[in-house]
Amino acid sequence: MVKMTDLPTKGGFSFDLCRRNEMLLKNGLQMPPFRKTGTTIVGLVFQDGVVLGADTRATEGPIVADKNCEKIHFMSPNIYCCGAGTAADTEAVTDMVSSQLQLHRYATGRESRVVTALTLLKSHLFNYQGHVSAALVLGGVDVTGPHLHTVYPHGSTDTLPFATMGSGSLAAMSVFESKYKEGLTREEGIEIVAEAICAGIFNDLGSGSNVDVCVITKGKTEYLRNYQLPNPRTYISSKGYTFVKGQTEVLSTKITQIQHKVETVEGGDAMEE
Amino acid sequence: MQNVEISIPTLNGWLLGYPVTYLFSNEKLKKATGVVSMQSLHIYKIYVTRYPYVTGTSVIAMKYKDGVIMASDTAGSYGSTLRYKSVERIKTVGDHTIIGASGEISDFQEIMRYLDELILYDKMWDDGNSLGPKEVHNYLNRIMYNRRNKFNPLYNSLVLGGVKNGQKYLGTVNMIGTHYEDDHLATGFGNHLARPILRSEWREDLTFEEAVKLIEKCLLVLLYRDRSSINKFQIAKITAEGTTIHPPYSLRTYWGFSHFQNPSKGAAGTW
Repeated sequence: MVKMTDLPTKGGFSFDLCRRNEMLLKNGLQMPPFRKTGTTIVGLVFQDGVVLGADTRATEGPIVADKNCEKIHFMSPNIYCCGAGTAADTEAVTDMVSSQLQLHRYATGRESRVVTALTLLKSHLFNYQGHVSAALVLGGVDVTGPHLHTVYPHGSTDTLPFATMGSGSLAAMSVFESKYKEGLTREEGIEIVAEAICAGIFNDLGSGSNVDVCVITKGKTEYLRNYQLPNPRTYISSKGYTFVKGQTEVLSTKITQIQHKVETVEGGDAMEE
Repeated sequence: MQNVEISIPTLNGWLLGYPVTYLFSNEKLKKATGVVSMQSLHIYKIYVTRYPYVTGTSVIAMKYKDGVIMASDTAGSYGSTLRYKSVERIKTVGDHTIIGASGEISDFQEIMRYLDELILYDKMWDDGNSLGPKEVHNYLNRIMYNRRNKFNPLYNSLVLGGVKNGQKYLGTVNMIGTHYEDDHLATGFGNHLARPILRSEWREDLTFEEAVKLIEKCLLVLLYRDRSSINKFQIAKITAEGTTIHPPYSLRTYWGFSHFQNPSKGAAGTW
């Protein structure tokens, strides 16, 4: 093993472990596969715009880490993006592109277009060769009309009338393929989206909890958080959970006053810019 | 002739139950190549099923008012090639059962041999009893599980349906021996694409026409989204009156969505 001299950290990525990884791969270690972190996300184009839908379960392997997380991310007032895959990646990449879109809006003085968000996302993801594990359903309405796209972790995109992603995508897609038609009304669109997410919630173990819906039309966006709650807590005590004083037996009481030992002295100069 | 590998039937292979290759030298040739070997032979290779070669994709089935309905496509794929386009993957077993198979087609043919033999022996008793779907299911389950325990599975997922004495029955068994019954079942991709639809839209009292419509809904989704399916389906139904396996037919598909026509509208050069 070559002895590495201690270089001062200059910042940036440290490639030290790459050698170790190469050695492990050579010795026959199998890289753990990328975990699809359990999601059902869908999008659908209807008469006047797009409807996006998502479940609200975030999983860490077999454990539900967050029962009610938000998978529909804001990109711009007229564009929203659902994210499946590694939660950190979807969060970070949509935040980043959202900021880039705002700067672009300031520069151009115009409303953002969906294809702009699409191009920014796909070039970023392609650059990272699939290591940024974000599978996205991007939808919005701009001057050119309603658009719906899917973006895959390696950077490829599709333009579709209806799309599903995540581990529950097959269950949701079976609902879309049998029920979708052109020229849906807003109510029909929302109903089909909610049905597709419910199919994912009830037939896929990686998805669950509630249904989030986002309806985007020309000039108006409605983010319907927890549009449906098909998994309520059953068997709650109807009397509620109140604990009357005296219900718990008090064995002994000892009160110790807080002693201030340290005197904080205000003063000094204010922080300079 | 150097040391030759010859595959020969001997008592050893018969006892083992596997096709076997023995390795022996020229001196032992006379002793080894009798019908019953006079020599204890060195087992060189044992042949077991490791991978499927010609495969069928999903089968979907459900109970309805008068009995059980089952459907599959008629494709036999050889890896990623669509090799055979007229494979009957649903067959009758006796008077009371139909069986549908996905997975290795040659193993399905072997299973049919076992089942035809079973039904034949049952008929030979001529005692007024006949094997129903429950019994056939149990028999198959024993075969599949015992083969899996010998690391030589029959590479199939099977769906069995039938009616006997007015009782409808629908069960499944697969290559590792997992078996269960339900009101609607599917194998392979059908579990992911068809079961969600069936779970929300199946009812106990579907008429035959409604059941066919529901099954066609599932078959269409499978046709769109399963790469190894083809547009040639067979529906089989079994009721107290008997079995009918309908001739193959195709479904109408729709590709005319406006978003498919012009995906790069609004942005030249994208796709």
